[in-house]
Amino acid sequence: MALTDDQLQRYSRHIILKEIGVKGQKRLLNSSVLIIGAGGLGAPVGLYLAAAGIGKIGIADADDVDLSNLQRQVIHSTADIGKAKVSSAKESMLAINPEIEVDTYHDFVSASNILDMIRKYDFIIDGTDNFPAKFLINDACVLAEKPFSHAGIIRFKGQLMTYAPGKSPCYRCVFKTPPPPDAVPTCKQAGVIGAMGGVIGSLQAMEAVKYLTGIGDLLTGYLLTYDALKMEFRKIKLPFDKDCAVCGEHPAILSPIDYEQAVCAI
Amino acid sequence: MSDRIIAEINEIKEKIDITHLVCPMTFVKAKATIEELELGEILEIRLNDGEPVQNVPRSLKEDGQKVLKLKDNLDGTYTLYVRKDSE
Repeated sequence: MALTDDQLQRYSRHIILKEIGVKGQKRLLNSSVLIIGAGGLGAPVGLYLAAAGIGKIGIADADDVDLSNLQRQVIHSTADIGKAKVSSAKESMLAINPEIEVDTYHDFVSASNILDMIRKYDFIIDGTDNFPAKFLINDACVLAEKPFSHAGIIRFKGQLMTYAPGKSPCYRCVFKTPPPPDAVPTCKQAGVIGAMGGVIGSLQAMEAVKYLTGIGDLLTGYLLTYDALKMEFRKIKLPFDKDCAVCGEHPAILSPIDYEQAVCAI
Repeated sequence: MSDRIIAEINEIKEKIDITHLVCPMTFVKAKATIEELELGEILEIRLNDGEPVQNVPRSLKEDGQKVLKLKDNLDGTYTLYVRKDSE
């Protein structure tokens, strides 16, 4: 179906790009992305993907908006305090772009619900703030053959990598197993500079758009790290691990696992 | 202009008028219409003198399309004939 004149105008700056054009914009309109976590990372991802016209966006988060979120979670406003983050995020996304569809999951992801959740989407965003969820998302995406963008932020640092099924090492190839609960501080304990979510989350949104339109080179097989204080980006090549417990030659993990979560991170 | 181009221009697939639009919607509308055509099909575009006539043909060329002819209508508008040469 041809785009309407309003759509041509809304997405004109995409359409002008040779790499996107009307074809690429139509792909975005027919795509779906699941954002897990409506926090520091999920906020910019949701705003940019809604603005980009991703046809269906799922957003999963069990928390309510808290005053302490607003320093960085730019999809929520002061008036949203006390609301479910997924509802607040949905309202913000639809306010930007009423022609998209937003599904909300007011729940933690777990071994029992994640496969059902990710099955309906073309690309997954890990915007979570804890290791059990990161390993869960990785394993589920490997098992379900879904591409995803991993990211993490803490203090003045951030990192991300992209996984494409069968084409790149997974998060577990690199990080093996979660650290013991409480061995690594969460951003609740350690703090995080607000704009870090914007930097890293925007890169995740960019990876999603590139994957969905099939343009450029993805951050597959690399970890990009950002140190804001040193103002340094590093792109580190990641090897496949043929003994990886989930994507290796003889996988031991055949279904998603719930790891114990640090009490303070719940 | 060669006989071949004249013959081609006689087989216009689609016509649009972008005289009511301003940059960048002039190019966006032209580009969007061309994307709906098949390779080799011809689009006729009526556009204003000034910025549109300076930029739209150039942008279409940069996109890999073939500008066949630009005709001055002597009323402040031009008619541009473009063949789709690139997906």
